[in-house]
Amino acid sequence: MVVVPVAVRPAERRVRPHGAAAARLAHDGRAPGGRVYVRGVGVRTWIEGWPVYRQLTGDDPLGRGAATQSKRSKSLTPRTVTADRVAKSVCPYCAVGCGQRVYVKDERVVQIEGDPDSPHSRGRLCPKGSASEQLVNGDARLTRIKYRAPYATEWSELDLETAMEMITDRVLDARRRGWQDADERGNKLNRTMGIASLGGATLDNEENYLIKKLFTAMGAIQVENQARI
Amino acid sequence: MPGLGASFGRGGATGDLQDLSNADVIVIEGSNMAECHPVGFQWVMEAKARGAKVIHVDPRFTRTSALADTYVPIRSGTDIVFLGAIVNRVLTQERDFREYVLAYTNASWIVSEDFQDTEDLDGLFSGFDAEKRSYDTSSWQYEGSEHHGDDEEDTARAQESESGHQLGAGGAAVEHRDIRRDPTLQHPRTVWQILKRHFSRYTPEMVAEVCGVPTDVFDEVAEAWISNSNRERTTALVYSVGWTQRGTGVQYIRTGAILQLLLGNMGRPGGGIMALRGHASIQGSTDIPTLYNLLPGYLPMPHAEKHADLATYVDQIRGQGQKGFWGNAESYVVSLLKAYFGDRATAENDYMFDALPRIDGDHGTYGQVMDMLEGGKIFGYFLLGQNPAVGSANGRAQRLGMANLDWVVVRDLVEIESATFWKDAPEVETGEIVPEECRTEVFLMPAASHVEKEGTFTQTQRMLQWREKAVNPPGDATSELWFFYHLGRRMREKLAGSTDPRDRPLLDVAWDYPVHGEEQEPSSEDVLKEINGYDLTTGELLPGYTAMRPDGTTSGGCWIYSGVYADGVNQAARRKPGREQSLHAHEWGWAWPMNRRMLYNRASADPDGKPWSERKALVWWDEAAGRWTGDDVPDFEVTKPPSYRPPEGATGVEAIAGDDPFIMQSDGKGWLYAPKGVVDGPLPAHYEPAESPFRNTVYTQQQNPAREIYTNHLNEVHPSPPERGSEVFPYVWTTSRMTEHHTAGGMSRFLPYLAELQPALFMEVSPELAAERGLTHMGWAHVVTARAVVEARVMVTDRLAPLRVQDRVVHQIWLPYHWGQGGLTTGDVVNDLVHLTLDPNVHIQEFKAGTCDVRPGRRPRGRAVLELIDEYRVRGGVTMSTGTVAVTAEFLDPDGRSRAEQADDGAVAAGEGHDDEDLDKVVSVEHDIRSRPGQPQQHGAALRVLEESPRSGPRDGRDRHDEGRQG
Ligand code: SF4
Repeated sequence: MVVVPVAVRPAERRVRPHGAAAARLAHDGRAPGGRVYVRGVGVRTWIEGWPVYRQLTGDDPLGRGAATQSKRSKSLTPRTVTADRVAKSVCPYCAVGCGQRVYVKDERVVQIEGDPDSPHSRGRLCPKGSASEQLVNGDARLTRIKYRAPYATEWSELDLETAMEMITDRVLDARRRGWQDADERGNKLNRTMGIASLGGATLDNEENYLIKKLFTAMGAIQVENQARI
Repeated sequence: MPGLGASFGRGGATGDLQDLSNADVIVIEGSNMAECHPVGFQWVMEAKARGAKVIHVDPRFTRTSALADTYVPIRSGTDIVFLGAIVNRVLTQERDFREYVLAYTNASWIVSEDFQDTEDLDGLFSGFDAEKRSYDTSSWQYEGSEHHGDDEEDTARAQESESGHQLGAGGAAVEHRDIRRDPTLQHPRTVWQILKRHFSRYTPEMVAEVCGVPTDVFDEVAEAWISNSNRERTTALVYSVGWTQRGTGVQYIRTGAILQLLLGNMGRPGGGIMALRGHASIQGSTDIPTLYNLLPGYLPMPHAEKHADLATYVDQIRGQGQKGFWGNAESYVVSLLKAYFGDRATAENDYMFDALPRIDGDHGTYGQVMDMLEGGKIFGYFLLGQNPAVGSANGRAQRLGMANLDWVVVRDLVEIESATFWKDAPEVETGEIVPEECRTEVFLMPAASHVEKEGTFTQTQRMLQWREKAVNPPGDATSELWFFYHLGRRMREKLAGSTDPRDRPLLDVAWDYPVHGEEQEPSSEDVLKEINGYDLTTGELLPGYTAMRPDGTTSGGCWIYSGVYADGVNQAARRKPGREQSLHAHEWGWAWPMNRRMLYNRASADPDGKPWSERKALVWWDEAAGRWTGDDVPDFEVTKPPSYRPPEGATGVEAIAGDDPFIMQSDGKGWLYAPKGVVDGPLPAHYEPAESPFRNTVYTQQQNPAREIYTNHLNEVHPSPPERGSEVFPYVWTTSRMTEHHTAGGMSRFLPYLAELQPALFMEVSPELAAERGLTHMGWAHVVTARAVVEARVMVTDRLAPLRVQDRVVHQIWLPYHWGQGGLTTGDVVNDLVHLTLDPNVHIQEFKAGTCDVRPGRRPRGRAVLELIDEYRVRGGVTMSTGTVAVTAEFLDPDGRSRAEQADDGAVAAGEGHDDEDLDKVVSVEHDIRSRPGQPQQHGAALRVLEESPRSGPRDGRDRHDEGRQG
């Protein structure tokens, strides 16, 4: 993880991808910044490379299209064109729910763009929606389970099966310990106070449905989400 | 959102974003829409391009203000005064849309003679019990139905179990048959006259004095709004978390709702109230709730005392002789139980209603935190894509609470602060959490991202949109659907054969979801079908909730979502391009209820069913065809003519008249006055925020008397006038979000692009405040409250203009709240500054305004932070009892001078202050939640508790967190 000491040197507060991030970005075909130097080209090619020359001689006098295209960008193909397939999706950040097109190549998300078909977002994405490819592929993304034992000062690892087994045992135990059959007046309570849960506003309706159904069946009532926060 | 629910019947945005482009005026208040909902804002710009006037009312000049025609700076927390003054102008100048008001609102209804207004009681409504801090609402009822009010017990209960949220899909129950009306509006107890009297105090001069808005600016807004609301023209109101996250947030929304009803803007194109929700599926997570007090479709969670059996439960929801679609509540409930328990749910066993766990109080997220701090009650905690260590109010209490649990399961995309509190929380620096002594076991599980699973989000206009799965999740990452399905499966396997009746519901729940692929993933489509519901006699998917039956022959997991799988088609996955459809694009996704895009659209036509004007036509009655038609799915029975009048004694759907557009309301009308459903008053009244440097000048009553307070040393509230000591915290802070980050930052601070775009926490201050406190642009400063100290870089800017209020200049400080110690850009947790004082209707905390001090330079480190906080607590005399006064008048003069006498010198500070000996007690508090190896379950903080102030008696229930800590 890259932690930039924001507080210390204001002049260098820009966060640049470095280390693994830079390597990944380069691999993606995105330059991590800086200029591309091309060596050993002839003078004519050199002059033709000037945007102003192309602007005057070509069919883009205002210099808004081909005239200003660099050699490098000319040689690039958009990832949206070379993708194997496109999934129709929705931005996961705010509640506008902008339509997204998710481009996949070699079973990897390579680009996420706004969906021009969407009637309310009309193809647009804000900076968050536009950055959501990094949400999927970013360096910080967790892929393995981390476990912190009681009183431990570091993380350790767990495989999925072991973690699920441990969590199941703990839920059953907490459920039992926090169980309440009835209140002091004899009204049924049928519940456990031993377990609480927070989350849901970033989850799918189907997931929230299953969460509420399971918690209700196990008697856990302390289910909450961001709607209250 | 009960503010909307109590007014109109449903708690969702009333229209879609596209419809904003039909507006003639758009008022954005309590929202920085351009910043927080940037892509939705294109519809505001579209309206502006078509000639609409855009008005932005906000404490800070923002990206939204920059694009508005008129920007109105306002003191944070005073919106009711501002809007109330517009209501007053409409009423006194009789500039309402009279035909609309008479036909579609409760303006002409007569209220009980027992009702007393804030005008009579100087800031309180009748029925307040200071001991319980809650209202007995029986005096608020209509004449003839007084016995239908909630007695105190009921309101206290409603307040605890938040009946407010239950208004998400229907208004409160009320007996409609015996209500008397006066269509001339002259009877002194008509809603109209009561409103007129109530708002008479809200004048432009009051706006200037309380909000800091000059009279000419107020005039401009009021005139634009009023003169653009009539047959030919409409005004839309937009709000967001700037209103909902308030100690009186529900009443802000109510004020907006009253105004929009009076001006006839509801249910009409370019009108309505656009409630902008914060998260991708926050609307969905209240519709299909992960909330303790609700079951899917806004059905209440059964209550231990009130709901002994299914029949009682259904009767309570349906109400006696009530109008509208809640009349079929039994069908919705039984269908849900059939979806939950399948064949096990039968008529003989009450469809297993008995198996449901019961609530009996406040089990909300902040109550849970208090229980965690206390210890021995909650053992384990799930965090599902949420980061309370940064995102919740009073983060310190949250983190210390988690450090006092047995285990926490965190499911997220990255290593968020709520997973690492045991090693790098700010409390580790202060020594309050010692990793070697912190017992909490933490499972941090990688979650699947939005493109690695399929399913629906419900966005801000109640629209469900299906996402296709693009790729598999990486490594051990799993969806919540996978996790909870398999957790349930494992629990059931371990309990198989158990004869304990407590395990019955878990063993009987319908849990046989087919799984697919190597990962054994359940299918979201299967779950969505279960939510839609089936006709169990034929096995076909239901076409909608009207097909649900109370006899166990249908199932359906969320009645308001029924129809999302109509005709066996996943309607939420429809993607016909917008450009090939009309504005409302009915073939893109699916909106609840029944794909209606504009709620209450019956009101877009006059009582006879004709459009109010050609320009604002949406849905109208086609006499020849004998049905409602137009450019939206009618939010009305399609073949019920405008002339229909219910037969004598009709209830439920049958009782909805042909001119009752608010079909979920128990009387079919929009509520200017809310006899039920809002626990802190039938009308909005201005109270100062729970922490304010100013005395309330509207009433003697300083704060919302029914506000919820959590009394804990980690959650002390600053004194506000008339209590002494408020001058120690002279400034007002306010927080909000930015485009480039997302709430608690877990989805943004870890992304290089976003971290680069907004690379540091900062605070905005005015040049005047910078001069007053010696702050320099780009330098450091720290904000101090009794809860925390937060440092940030200073941005000196005119965007935060000082306002003149009560002949004093008030300075405001603004901070974004997205930072924590993790990610690519780090910073202090701004929400640590916040105190937990909650809106009594929905238990949402006051995030948006409080008092503070600000000092130049960096904050102290380590234990010195706590010492600085203590220094302020001593100077301000802050204890657990400051800021907790219920009735200000009783505090001012316990010996019972008349209210008038008290009002005469009401502005004088009259706090008690502290004796010297008391000060020792104030500073000797130790926040020590450290556990030691070998100890099984920890006790909470070892606290020395000050004696209760003699003036603030112990409060039923809600003070329970302190009991047992004495000594
Ligand atoms: S792209 Fe931006 S505006 Fe659109 S849903 Fe995502 S966060 Fe919201």
